[in-house]
Order: sequence, then C-alpha cells, then structure tokens
Amino acid sequence: MIEILAVLGTPLAGAALLALLGERDFAATINVGVSFVTMLAAAALTVRVLVDGPLLVLDRQFFVDSFNVSLTALTAFVGFTTALFSRPYMRIEQAHGRLTAARLRLYHAMYQLFNFTMLLALTTNNMGILWVAMEAATLATVLLVSLYRTPASLEAAWKYFILCGVGIAQALFGTILLYFAAEKLLGAEGGALLWTSLNDVKGQLEPTVLSIAFVFLLVGYGTKVGLAPLHNWLPDAHAEGPTPVSAVLSGLLLNVALYAVVRCKVLVEGSLDSAFARELMMGFGLLSVVIAALLLSRQKDVKRLFAYSSIEHMGIATFAFGMGGPIANFAGLLHMTVHSLTKSAIFFTVGHAAQKAGTQLTDEIRGLVTTNPPLGWGLVLGTLAILGMPPFGVFASEFLILITAMAVQPWATPVLLAALGLAFASVFSKIQPMVFGETTAKRLPVRPTMVPVFVHLALVLMLGLWIPPFLAEWYRQAARLIG
Amino acid sequence: MTGAPLYAQLINLLAAILLLLAFAMLAQRRVLSLVNLFAAQGVALALSTAIVAFATHQPHLYGSALLTVVLKVALLPWLLHRLIRRLDVKWDVEGLINVPTTMLIGIVLVVFAFNLASPISQLASTVTRSTLGIAIASVMLSFLMMITRRKAIPQVIGFLAMENGLFFAATSATYGMPMVVELGIALDILVAMLILGVFFFQIREQFDSLDLKHLERLKE
Repeated sequence: MIEILAVLGTPLAGAALLALLGERDFAATINVGVSFVTMLAAAALTVRVLVDGPLLVLDRQFFVDSFNVSLTALTAFVGFTTALFSRPYMRIEQAHGRLTAARLRLYHAMYQLFNFTMLLALTTNNMGILWVAMEAATLATVLLVSLYRTPASLEAAWKYFILCGVGIAQALFGTILLYFAAEKLLGAEGGALLWTSLNDVKGQLEPTVLSIAFVFLLVGYGTKVGLAPLHNWLPDAHAEGPTPVSAVLSGLLLNVALYAVVRCKVLVEGSLDSAFARELMMGFGLLSVVIAALLLSRQKDVKRLFAYSSIEHMGIATFAFGMGGPIANFAGLLHMTVHSLTKSAIFFTVGHAAQKAGTQLTDEIRGLVTTNPPLGWGLVLGTLAILGMPPFGVFASEFLILITAMAVQPWATPVLLAALGLAFASVFSKIQPMVFGETTAKRLPVRPTMVPVFVHLALVLMLGLWIPPFLAEWYRQAARLIG
Repeated sequence: MTGAPLYAQLINLLAAILLLLAFAMLAQRRVLSLVNLFAAQGVALALSTAIVAFATHQPHLYGSALLTVVLKVALLPWLLHRLIRRLDVKWDVEGLINVPTTMLIGIVLVVFAFNLASPISQLASTVTRSTLGIAIASVMLSFLMMITRRKAIPQVIGFLAMENGLFFAATSATYGMPMVVELGIALDILVAMLILGVFFFQIREQFDSLDLKHLERLKE
C-alpha cells in the first residue's frame, strides 16, 4: 500500500513543488530527482508484486497485477530517463531563445502532473477514475504541446484538445454503459465500476449493452492510442511540442491508452460469445498500420515521421491483442514495452539533431555521425531497432505477431508484411542521409546526455535476445488474463 | 403518458426542454446567447436530477444536482462571460451556413439516437429510462454543433454541452455514477475550462482573432 502511495504521491508533490519554486535554475535537476524517486517507488512496487503477487489495496480502489505492473515500472523508468534527457535539452532551447524561464516552470510542473495522471490511470481499479485520469493526462499535455506558442504549436494543441476531448467523451459514455450493465449485478454502491468486481461477473453482464459500450470505449480510448482514422492529432502534437513531450507521448501515453482498451476488452470478451471485440480491434489495428505506412513516405519533418511510425506500431500492438491467444498477447505486451523504449530513445536523438541543424526537416539535417558520433549512431541503431531489425526486441515481438497471424488470420499476414516493408523503405531512406553525409552544423551550447539513449537501446537489445524469467512470467500471466 | 406519476411527467418535460435547448444552440449565432442557453441547459439538468433524487430517494443524486448547479449554472457560465468580456467578443455573430440543413441532420441524429437507445432502455429499470434517447440525442447534437462551428468559443460550448448530455445519460440510465467519479469528472471539466481560457488568449495573441480558419495549416 505504501508503495502505491509513494508511486502516486511523489510526482504529485513534485508538480506542486516545481510550480511553487518558480523560475529557478535547479528546477530541471529537481525534476530529475522527483522522477528518480518515482522510479524507485515503482521499483519497490514491482518487487512487492513479484514477492506477494497481485495487490488490491485501499478499499479495492487500486489494483496492480502482472498486466499493469510492468507498464507501471516502464512508465516510471521512461519518465525518469526523459527527465534526464530534458535537462540539457531544455537548457539548449532556452539558450536558443525559444523558451523563457516562466515557460520552463510551467513545463516542469506539467511534466510531473502528466506522470502522475498516467501512473494513476495504470494503477487504479476504478474504470471511472481511469477515465478521469486519461482526461487529466490530455489536459496536462495540452499546454505542453503549445509551449512554444508558435502558430503551428497552438494549432496542434487545439486539435489535440478538441479531438481527444471528443474522443474521451465517447469513452465516458462507454463507461456509463459499463456501469449500467454492472450495477444490476453488483449494486449501485462502490463495486460496480471496479475492474476486479466487473471481471468476476463478466460472464453475466448483458451482452448487447457491453457490445455497444465497447464500441464507444474503443473509439474513445482509441483516439488517444492514435488508431486510424482517429489519429489526426498525433503527428501534429508530436511535431510541434517540445521533444521530451513527444518522447513521453509516444513512449508512455499511447501505451496507457492501449492499456485502457485492453482492460475493457477483457470484460467485453468475457460477456460476449462472438469475436466482436477481437474483430473490431484487429480492424482498427490493421487500418492504422496500413495508413501510417502509406503516409510515412510523404513526411518531411523528422518528428512527424516518427509520430507516424508510432501510429504504425500501436496499430501492430492493437492488432496483436485483437487476435488474442497466449502468443499474440505476449507479443503485444512485449511490443508495447520495446516500442516505448525504442521510440523515446529515437526522440532523444532526433531532438538534439534538430537543435543542431536548427530545423526538423529531414532534408536539411545532415552528417550527424561526423559532428557527434554518439548522437548519429544512436539514431541509426534506434531506427534499425524500430524498423524491426534483428537482434533488437522489436524484431522478436513483430516476429511472434506475424507467425500468430499466419496461423490464425492468414489473410492479414501479407498486408502486415507489405506495410512493414514499406515503412522500412520510407524511414530508412530518410534517416540514412541525415546520419551520413556532409554538414556545417554548429556545436550545441550545452553537452547533450546520450546515456538514456544507449540505456534504452541496450534494454531493447536485451529483450530481443533474452527476456528475464520474471518478466516472461508476468507477460505469460497477463496474456492468459487478456485471453 | 396518461396515468404516469407527476414526477415522471416532469422529468420527461425537462428532458424535452433539454433537447429543445440543444437544437436552439445548434442554430444560435450570438456567442453571448449561446452561453445563456448553456446555463439554461444546466438548470434543466439540475432540476431533473433533483426530481429523480426526490422520486427515488437516492440521496447522492442531490449531491450531483448541487454539483451541476455550482459548476454548470454558476461557475462555467460565469467564466465564459468573463472570458467573452475580456476577449471583447461580446457582439460576435457567427455566419452560420445552412441552418436548415444542419437542423435536418440534427433530426436524423435524434432518430438514430432513439434507435441506439431503445435496446438499452428496455433493459433499464430506472424511472427515467425513457429519457435515455434524449440524452444520447443531445450528445450527438452537441457533437454536430462542434463540427459546424468555425470559432473557438462556440466550439468549446459545444464540448461542454456534450458533457451535459453525457451527465444526463448517466442519470437516466443508472441514477448517476458513484460520487468519486462524478467529482473527478467535474474537476476535469473545470480544469479544461481554465486551460482553454489561457489557450484562447494565446490564440488571440498569435492570430488576432478566435476564428479557427487560422488553425488549418497542419496537414497529414
């Protein structure tokens, strides 16, 4: 119990502290410190779950099982490494005159608040609070996306707010329907929105209501996952916001939204006899993969390029959960983890590359390997990893998803393979000249931290070659639970 | 509805008013009147919630009725009025194209909403189940309003009205969500409004207007 309180309390207190402290030079360091403590708390929580099994605490309001414990740990970890990356990055932005100290205060407070909302969404057992936390996550990031106050960033933030706001309103209606179906069995007081109680009675929930509810929940949370055709906000928000925000949006928020979808899917699947929920998820997933792959080749902005790549990978994971079964679910969970680590590492390198070149256009960034070898090689390795090259973890998860698809949904395999091939061609042909080639770019005023990039990539490499037994066991348990 | 108890008739009447207000918002050109219509919707919502609470002896519904009055009748309209005054857009009139077409689409949406609601309300045991269709219809009408508006403040009022519809859906299908969740939702809405307020000023500072046509550069 104490671990949950620490995991949630640290970022919340950190947000208040950073807002009150104001425009201090050491605010970025405090931001890193708070994120570090959050990570330690999450590690303690992980150990607790490892030793004692699933936790259901505080009047059943919080629930941590094998499914969300790895995501909680991942969120706290990437939250910490991104804070580490953001310290020099935001200093350079300030030196380049794109930000004032007052904006940095807003940035740091909102960063912690955003972490809090994601951790709350992951650990809560209450489907209503899950909704509240997802909406709060949108709100915390709207002002981060518009941090630079440029016309494009304002437009991106407005789109983000309106599209995700409307989307999440659908999810609220879905949650109301879920409550409506459950209230008959569980009574109005308390238990009817708790996921664990719902999971116990899922076989008796009214199928008609649940299938309507699932459509709304999938569309609602799916908007935040970035599933096509509801993905329009995602590339804009990623490209126009500061890079640390792009890294946590892609690496963490999309995962949390997909987590919400999967939690709902477990309930709906238990109530329905048909493959309705699966088919819906497979359809949305595949559509996202195809649309993203087609749009990748037309991107000129490097951050937009990788934002589309996030849509593609979220589509793959959604498709995997849609197929269901122990292997596909295992692969889907692994894919969420490795995508999160790889994509945030890529954004770290891309952010500094864009700072060096003074632009985000792929045509104008050149010669990263010559001017800053760690940065250049980090980007090359990250790109190869995200494109599914062995021996990185993305290869392992995509391979598992493809072989399952061949076995259970053979029609989808050629589509997936073609999309992956197309994505490879589009992304690699754009990144290769950025990394090699000649350049006249200046040195950065503050030395960037490359440690997070290589730590992430090393973890992805490790997950491609060897998955720690306890993690594999969690994934297997979670895969059984998801069904 | 002959023979139905008085409170059921009152709830149906208020639901009808809610729907009527949703249509009125769809056609209203003046920003200031939109805010007043939104506040009126809040009043109808709070009254119907209070009547349901009285009829079914659900004490926590009095709490949600009170929350509605505080948030949607007082606080949000007050904030909107303040914003409109500060942004000096009090007399803004929006050139709506094709109000009749929008209205016709609205009617189609209402029919669709009732169709969607009928299997659900058959299963409901609440006294208010017949109003679920109206709740879904007003959500959809607000959605339509958001699509047809080209200015920032009306779009946001559409967003808030959508939340009104959802709240009404929650009371008519289930006598409201648990209090923790309702408080959380109310907090989110309030924070959203405050953030949007800040945001309006940023947009205005950048573009010298709140017309969303400036916000259409990013493609693909």
